[in-house]
Amino acid sequence: MLDDQRFGADEAPCLSVRHLSKRFGTACPQCAEPGASLNRNVCPRCGTVHAVRDVSLEVFPGEIVGIVGESGSGKSTFMKCLFFDEEATEGEVRALPYDGGAANLLELSSQQRRAVRNTVFGMVYQNPYLGLRMDFSSLSNIAEQMIASGSRSVGAMRARGEQLLERVNIPLSRAAEPPRNFSGGMQQRVQIAKALSNNPPILLLDEVTTGLDLSVQAAVLDLIQQIRRDFNVSMLVVSHDLGVIRMLADRTLVMLDGRVIESGLTDQILEDPQHAYTQQLVYSLL
Amino acid sequence: MQQRYNYAFFDEASKREIRRAIIKGVSIPGYQVPFASREMPIGRGWGTGGLQITLSLIGRSDVLKVIDQGSDDSVNAVNIKRLVADTTDVEVTEATEEATLIQSRHRIPECPLRDDQILVLQVPTPEPLRSFEPREAVTRRLHAEADYTGAWLELFDQIVRHGTTTTGADHPVLVNGRYVMAPSPIPRFDNLKLNQADHLTLLGAGREKKIYAVPPYTDVVPLDFEDHPFAVERFDGKRCRLCGAEGVYLDELVDESTGETYYQCNDTSYCASSACQPTKPADAAVASGAESSGSKASSRAEARFVGLSPQSSAPEAPSLTLRTTGDPSSDREGASHAR
Repeated sequence: MLDDQRFGADEAPCLSVRHLSKRFGTACPQCAEPGASLNRNVCPRCGTVHAVRDVSLEVFPGEIVGIVGESGSGKSTFMKCLFFDEEATEGEVRALPYDGGAANLLELSSQQRRAVRNTVFGMVYQNPYLGLRMDFSSLSNIAEQMIASGSRSVGAMRARGEQLLERVNIPLSRAAEPPRNFSGGMQQRVQIAKALSNNPPILLLDEVTTGLDLSVQAAVLDLIQQIRRDFNVSMLVVSHDLGVIRMLADRTLVMLDGRVIESGLTDQILEDPQHAYTQQLVYSLL
Repeated sequence: MQQRYNYAFFDEASKREIRRAIIKGVSIPGYQVPFASREMPIGRGWGTGGLQITLSLIGRSDVLKVIDQGSDDSVNAVNIKRLVADTTDVEVTEATEEATLIQSRHRIPECPLRDDQILVLQVPTPEPLRSFEPREAVTRRLHAEADYTGAWLELFDQIVRHGTTTTGADHPVLVNGRYVMAPSPIPRFDNLKLNQADHLTLLGAGREKKIYAVPPYTDVVPLDFEDHPFAVERFDGKRCRLCGAEGVYLDELVDESTGETYYQCNDTSYCASSACQPTKPADAAVASGAESSGSKASSRAEARFVGLSPQSSAPEAPSLTLRTTGDPSSDREGASHAR
């Protein structure tokens, strides 16, 4: 007999995205239709780029959801829209930890958005230069969001920063050094520490292991799983690397030309892909 | 007065534009108001922002004082004084208490200013967030949203790296609980003089084309952390070797012939005046063997710094430009150039 509670049937999603779209250009009447046929993701009439088209997904507490797709499929743009780095053209984003999921985050004022960025989301970018201030010390990088959310105690922020650096295996002797001096893997770990500074309930990870060598990749992935286990953080993981997705994600969405073409349990997607593109993607896995 | 220029150098429309910016600045304490910074006969970066404010405000009844790093007689101050005097014929003074308009670089005078005095500060970098964020469009948005994380973060980074904040000057302040402002490169010692002051402070950045203001009786709070409170420079146990003053901002000087380190008031007008001076005997001066009779406590009241004026072309002691003079007309050194 199925136990409703055990299967979380009445559990509310931590993060819920509905019909999110992002267009670059002033969409003509033809391509503004949801089902319009495009030349990949570009409108043949007006040249508008439909980077993200009508994407919906839910992330439940403690769950890791993966998004895979080739370069240009819109997965990073989607993440940037969630973190307000890009302005979404339309759609709804609701986060349970912010106000119980009442408000559409995309309609918030910029001050409220800043609060969301500082307290609800932690973002780790593919390129550490986007996520870190390379000339500030690692501790300052971690303290930034704490300062932004009102902390004015150096001692408390330093203690929290050192605790996080220890967690991501960066020796404290280098805590006052700027990330500019660090290797790529260390920079990525400082970024993760920074993203965790305010105990965000939702982590957004954009290609976190791309460009790292295999042993460092393994260490970073291990760290991410530990963080999920220890802090019960929900995560949205974007990657073009199916290995990363297989290891981390509970559920996976496949994106192509701005659309979600297939979604389901990760194992299901990888073992029994339905869409022609997903089949090609899975069979081209080395 | 030479009549080749309009009164106070500018045409009236320019003065009005600058005054408008000033009024807006006063209305929104700490907010940087953009203005059309004019080409001036001195180079940008040499006090053109302050000079434009001074020229737009100065009237025939004003008495002008110009200070550069606490000194009335440094080249920058003298040049600005001459320019204003040549184009307005106003009275120029070195005595802080006589001035109605005081243009200054890097210092606020030691004597508290009165509500009938205006302080004009020259500003090289008006944007307190500039080193954190180089893009003007972004810093304006940060100001609009009162997001001053960057200013705090810089202080935090200094504490992490050096154990203390390292802002020697230009320590950022929060004005009227709203805008974070660069107080111009005044020492931290002077930051507190802006808080609830009796006088109006106007700040002008000519190169950056910004004017901002601290109206009288406005809260000005230096940024700090709970466990790292703001602290001013301290000169414990040190006193001016000329006037014996304590608790003022002191310059550290080295006598190169003897290698001896001594201290001297940074504010030369304060040092030379008796009005604001504590009645301490200048025993420090005696102990260090100061040569000039001007350093004797008895003659301090008459002492004036005349510095590099034409009359003092051959001072007795090159390192010390203090001379005694009872002639009050030396106050109008700058004005004499106009004749």
